Amino acid sequence: MSTTYLPAGLPAPGTGPDGLADPYWNGTREGKLRIQKCKGCGAWQWGPEWICHRCHSFDLSWEEVQGKARIYSYQRPHHPVHPALNTHGPYIIVLVELPEYGNVRMVGNLLGDPKQDVAIGAAVEAVFEPHDNASPPFTLVQWRLV
Amino acid sequence: MTDRTLRGKTAIAGIGETTYYKYGQSPDSEFKLALQACVNACQDAGISPHEIDGFASYGNDRSEAGRLAAALGVKELRFSNMFWGGGGGGVCGAVGNAAAAVATGMADCVIAFRSLAQGQYQRYGRSGGAPIAAGDDSFLFPYGMMSPAQRFAMKVTRFMHETGIKQEALRAISLACYHHAQNNPNAVMRGRPLDAQKYDDSRWIIEPFFHLYDCCQENDGAAAVIVVSAEKAKQLKNTPAYIMACGQGCDHRSAAPVHNMPNYPSSHFSQIAPRMYAMAKMGPKDMGIVQCYENFTGGVLMSLVEHGLVKAEEANEFLTVENLIVEGGKMPLNTSGGNLAECYMHGLELVIEAVRQIRGSAINQVKSSDAAIIIGGPMVTPVSSLILGSEATL
Repeated sequence: MSTTYLPAGLPAPGTGPDGLADPYWNGTREGKLRIQKCKGCGAWQWGPEWICHRCHSFDLSWEEVQGKARIYSYQRPHHPVHPALNTHGPYIIVLVELPEYGNVRMVGNLLGDPKQDVAIGAAVEAVFEPHDNASPPFTLVQWRLV
Repeated sequence: MTDRTLRGKTAIAGIGETTYYKYGQSPDSEFKLALQACVNACQDAGISPHEIDGFASYGNDRSEAGRLAAALGVKELRFSNMFWGGGGGGVCGAVGNAAAAVATGMADCVIAFRSLAQGQYQRYGRSGGAPIAAGDDSFLFPYGMMSPAQRFAMKVTRFMHETGIKQEALRAISLACYHHAQNNPNAVMRGRPLDAQKYDDSRWIIEPFFHLYDCCQENDGAAAVIVVSAEKAKQLKNTPAYIMACGQGCDHRSAAPVHNMPNYPSSHFSQIAPRMYAMAKMGPKDMGIVQCYENFTGGVLMSLVEHGLVKAEEANEFLTVENLIVEGGKMPLNTSGGNLAECYMHGLELVIEAVRQIRGSAINQVKSSDAAIIIGGPMVTPVSSLILGSEATL
């Protein structure tokens, strides 16, 4: 039985030639959720960027954060957007926000029954989903109701 | 600098379209479609293609200005311009850029166009199939989030949650577009009318708000408009549709990565619309012609709200089929069928319909036809919108 929420064959995350998001993806392999924090003004920032949009410092650190979030929005796609999903059926994507870290938002799947009702505002926690057989291996961050 | 405005300085003097096709059904190549649209617009204006001296487009159009100029025998190319952004957000901006070039003397006769044969290249509704997703996509694609519909559905869910607007408002938008297409011989969905039952029974693309009929088509075709100075437009054979204002850009940080834009449930027009109305010296109540880009009906809803055409708290009551159709409606919407039911010509078909309305030659002619607002592809970044007017609005 598959241990991943969605079937194999979807695009894998790559950091591209610039390496901007390497600390994030290296962190998920270690079971750590890391986002950017500006050393200039102390603000949390996500997604990854080279500069702080508030104070324009280029000095951004990668800090481990607790994977505690709440559902900000969601969707349940039915139409298969990729060949790997052709026979899969509906699934749930959530946009969550992390209240303790400046309400930065992250996208993931909501684990569990794909037909479940989804409540905006519901508390969720991060779950690391390793794809060890991928080449190269990677780990996604998923979300489940608390 | 004084007089920093586009208001009334230029006009659309010619419009051209190809036959519109379901994707994959065009017998002609995408570039040939572009040429047909340009030649048709020139014939409509009574201008030789040799006199064109500029091209403006958007959405990374593959028909490049240099090749068009060579193929058409343009005597001197003075302006070539691409509006950034991969979607239809730039449709009005391309017309505005053409107008800016003419108003500032960079060029005299500029074509704003879009050629798009999805059947010959990549369809928008399916992933391209690359095995690795990079940049922003690396945080989305592995979760099965890769189509435009999916990018925008997240915004629509949140918008409906915050405002309490119901699916019926989206249904009314879709039904009005399909209604108007039934009279339009060039509408791909002519002969395929839509009613509430058929809409409700249609399959989900994405729950909770995207039925099949909330989504635009995938098509092949091309469209073009010719922008010249107001003085020149008056000498040509068609009634000028004056460019009264163009607004383009986006909200503060609306392209923030991984869905972190501050104003999230938005079509990104909230800062653009007031600027545009100020340039036009008109307001939402003056707009008798409303053409609003439907990538998805949720985007239409947000755009109408952000342009002050509908109040969010009144949307459930106001957005009914009766109010949106040309026969007696308070705000006839997308009177040729739009992206949903005429053709997904990346919104340029909406600009062309607005010109026909101002000329008084539309198939579904509105009563109050002096001023038109056209709203480009909502929810992408950057976006753009446009106000056209008859001579009475100058």
